[in-house]
Amino acid sequence: MGGVRVLLRNPRREVELSGPVRVSALLRQLGYRREAVLVIVNGTLVTGDASIEEGSEVEVRPVISGGAGWP
Amino acid sequence: MKCRACRAGAVIELPRHNSALCRDCFLAYCRNQVSRAIDEHEMLRPADRVLVAVSGGKDSLALWDLLLDLGYHVDGLYIGLGISGYSEPSAGYARAFAQSRQARLVEVDLKGHYGFDVRSGAAADHRVPCSACGLSKRHIFDRAALEGGYDAVATGHNLDDEAAVLLGNVLRWDLEYMARQRPVLPATDGFPKKVKPLVRLAERETAAYCVLRGIDYQVDECPMAAGNRHLGYKEALGLIEERSPGTKAAFYAQFLERAAGPVAAAAGTNASTSLHPCPSCGAPTTSQLCAFCRLVERAGGDPKKRIPVSAG
Repeated sequence: MGGVRVLLRNPRREVELSGPVRVSALLRQLGYRREAVLVIVNGTLVTGDASIEEGSEVEVRPVISGGAGWP
Repeated sequence: MKCRACRAGAVIELPRHNSALCRDCFLAYCRNQVSRAIDEHEMLRPADRVLVAVSGGKDSLALWDLLLDLGYHVDGLYIGLGISGYSEPSAGYARAFAQSRQARLVEVDLKGHYGFDVRSGAAADHRVPCSACGLSKRHIFDRAALEGGYDAVATGHNLDDEAAVLLGNVLRWDLEYMARQRPVLPATDGFPKKVKPLVRLAERETAAYCVLRGIDYQVDECPMAAGNRHLGYKEALGLIEERSPGTKAAFYAQFLERAAGPVAAAAGTNASTSLHPCPSCGAPTTSQLCAFCRLVERAGGDPKKRIPVSAG
């Protein structure tokens, strides 16, 4: 089964954590604010109370974009 | 966690609404928020031809998708900024979306059309890249909308964008900028109507909308934008919002409701009287040449080129 593989962005990199773990706990562990990211587990968008099982593929996707503000 | 509307499994929390929603209810919520923004601010009429400013990111693609679903006639305009490793994939997302929705995408390549990219243009005009980028986009979208006969330019500015810009303007008490910070700017001599239908949606919501609709978009941040002031304001507001959900939306909504009018009156509204057409491109300007044509000339390009767009 293995642990939980987590894809992080900006810059793109991967970390492996042990599961099972709640989404909210995973984000605390990785130092993300809940409102600054989406968490996608095995291709499905999940809420903070969802449990992530061993062997899951997780993406922590940042949602904040900036720049010239256009568009 | 259950959907507050239908009790199915929720996919997203909305702390500012003290709520969580399932996929279908969330997509309906997004459509409803955009529809409300359009109606409240009289942004668009049903038969309007709309030009969406498309970057390949979550906001512009979500906006294009939502406007199409709401029945508007919408074309997209993508500007190739020539940012290495970033612009090409961004264009790819815009093209893929247009193809999937059988929508019309017009592309203007800054380097191919005007002879400079964001980096070289910024250096030639002694600007930061975000300033050269914003100036170029505003100019090209304005000219394209006017020359193409569109009724409005729609941009993907979301609630977080507007709240961050407002915070920056308030911190400097910049009344002139605050006076122009409206979700809809009417067409005036030489400028097209501009609308921001996403102002009721947070950027986490537009990102979630894309994920749930299966819209691939440019997730990576623009390499030119890292560490800019706008992102700093967003971060500050994010910290406040986390402790007190709803503050960001109230900050912006209450500005529109209670402060925007008095601020506009205090700032004065006669700035347009000193505008005249730029002799090079025809855009309104207070200078001899407009700021975009000055940038193009300094970068060694040709500012007189027309933009190849017409309302389809």
